[in-house]
Amino acid sequence: MTPVHPLREPRAEPAGLHARAMDNLRYIRQTMESATSFTAVSGWGVVIVGCTALAAGLWARMQNEPARWLAIWLGEAVVSFTIAGGATVRKARASRLPLFSMPGKRFALSFSPPMVVGALLTMALFRAGLWTAIPGMWLLLYGTGIVTGGAFSVPVVPVMGLCFMAEGAVALFLGPVWRDLLMAVGFGGLHIVFGFVIARRYGG
Amino acid sequence: MAKTNALRQAPVRKPAPDRTAPLREVRGGAAGGPQSLDRLVHERMRLGIVSALAVNETLTFNDLKRLLQTTDGNLSVHARKLEEAGYIACSKFFEGRLPKTEYKLTAEGRQALERYLDHMEALIRATRER
Repeated sequence: MTPVHPLREPRAEPAGLHARAMDNLRYIRQTMESATSFTAVSGWGVVIVGCTALAAGLWARMQNEPARWLAIWLGEAVVSFTIAGGATVRKARASRLPLFSMPGKRFALSFSPPMVVGALLTMALFRAGLWTAIPGMWLLLYGTGIVTGGAFSVPVVPVMGLCFMAEGAVALFLGPVWRDLLMAVGFGGLHIVFGFVIARRYGG
Repeated sequence: MAKTNALRQAPVRKPAPDRTAPLREVRGGAAGGPQSLDRLVHERMRLGIVSALAVNETLTFNDLKRLLQTTDGNLSVHARKLEEAGYIACSKFFEGRLPKTEYKLTAEGRQALERYLDHMEALIRATRER
């Protein structure tokens, strides 16, 4: 007796349809991600960072001891990154955009290396007693990070980075008397001005 | 009287949700219906155009060409189809001496993309529940 075969093979269609639907959704997501710039930088967050930097600048100006001056600015850096990070997460959630979309990842990857270099150079310069060179180096490297990361963001962000770099270049060649003023103008003033621009033009 | 009471007490059964409807629609069972698959958006290149415009207010012809890595001819054919359906709006102007073509997603186009996304999600749910 010959074996009985079903006339029709069971349909594999649902699995195929499922895979195609998933593939289509993935394609839509990838296209949207590559078509967007990283707009989750929070303008108001940047303004608040500028205000805390102004306060830190005033406080640091009153210090005579380099170690205390450095501690104040390092504390300010921690506060700033916390505020900016929190505000960025909040803006991304409010606008229902993925924080770690492709432009967001590129922004983070481009911004991080100059920050790591800055941290290492800070330690090296401070140990060598060259702490007066630190403000210029900070402004230059922060500006570099903003320019490279800003390439994946809205056009105003790299412009802000270039302003930081220009100020850093000036700070490197000016005497230590100017360091607090330049730090306050850079990390305070530039953040406040550009934060307002970002908030007004790109929603929050 | 007893009959009317019995009718009143009879439990009202809601029709069970038809979870396989998205599958039938894709197979062509209900083509043209309000929930049927939008073939115009379903095509890869046109889906790319609509998706890219959904996250940008406007994009130029060259932006789209670079983004979707396609040729002038291919892009213009698909963009024309979307334009004819009223899904995208096209404006042509000069920037200096250079002619520019700019595309924008219309409200109808955005709705079409949302419907398409809903359809894909329904399809995934339906195939998972089978």
